[in-house]
Amino acid sequence: MKTIKRSIGSVALAATLMLTVSCKDASKTEATTTSESTTENTVASQESVATSDKQDAKAEVILKDYFNLKDALVGDDGEKAKEFGATLTNSLKAFEVSNYSADEQTELKEIIEDATEHAEHIAESDIKHQREHFKTLSKDITDMVAITGTKMTLYEQFCPMYDRGSAWLSTKEEIRNPYHGSAMLKCGSVQRTIN
Amino acid sequence: MKVIKIIAGIALFLFVAIQFFPTDRNESYTVPPSDFMLVNTVPIDIQKRLKASCYDCHSNLTAYPWYNKVQPIAWFLEDHVKEGKAELNFSEWDTYSDRRKRSKLRSIIKQIENDEMPLISYTYLHREAILSEEDANIIINFMNQLKDSLQ
Repeated sequence: MKTIKRSIGSVALAATLMLTVSCKDASKTEATTTSESTTENTVASQESVATSDKQDAKAEVILKDYFNLKDALVGDDGEKAKEFGATLTNSLKAFEVSNYSADEQTELKEIIEDATEHAEHIAESDIKHQREHFKTLSKDITDMVAITGTKMTLYEQFCPMYDRGSAWLSTKEEIRNPYHGSAMLKCGSVQRTIN
Repeated sequence: MKVIKIIAGIALFLFVAIQFFPTDRNESYTVPPSDFMLVNTVPIDIQKRLKASCYDCHSNLTAYPWYNKVQPIAWFLEDHVKEGKAELNFSEWDTYSDRRKRSKLRSIIKQIENDEMPLISYTYLHREAILSEEDANIIINFMNQLKDSLQ
């Protein structure tokens, strides 16, 4: 009798395990649907911007989200960085390449694809990982701006201390380091001014 | 006592029932020309290491363990392999642009450096997948060289 009870117990355990797994899946799908609805919202707001401006408004939105993300990292705020990572993912996905030449389109598509992946990771990682991804993301965004241009004046800044030297973009000339945050807030220098 | 028996009965029934659900098996035996090993010149020892430590979840061919025949384990593994391949698929290496290859290489290096890959939940049962410090260094060096050649 005891062995029967025990085996029944283990079967019950297996069943509960299975149920937990399926519950996890359910919550996952829910999460995707909510993020889809936010995408729609952002796209809608971007379209209204696009009609009011002749420059590539969608690239400007990407830049705005990138700078919000950068500021969150400067402030050592991983939770905020997650949120802006998600917003940036959406604005990257909303980018339109059709107004560019064939060569630029290929290049831009590659840039956007890569940047989207990094933004997605930033949306779900801890701050250490976020900063790793931010490095490659910064390179992508810099290459994007080289093609799309921007109305803003940007500063390409560089810190030799992080991961054998890492760059980022900023709208302000003074250094606020997104890789080290408060630990080394002013480490770095302006390498180049864009516009 | 009766209630427990009924619950156990239902659980047993469910456990047996889920065994009949099929899963997608990740077993493509043709190596596509886009495979990492075919596009790059990879030394044999590194090939072996990558196949033992990475290819189960990061390629189109998983060497399944026997317990993959049991549900819900099979579902759990299916999910893992899907996720792994979405992040990085060595079988489709050459379909990535140079920019993405560099990104992937950078992530591979970081993950190994930080001891985050191979996953502990994986090496727990696949002892042969564990990378010794020497193995890790050899792979990191190789990936770094490859990354520099793509600049």
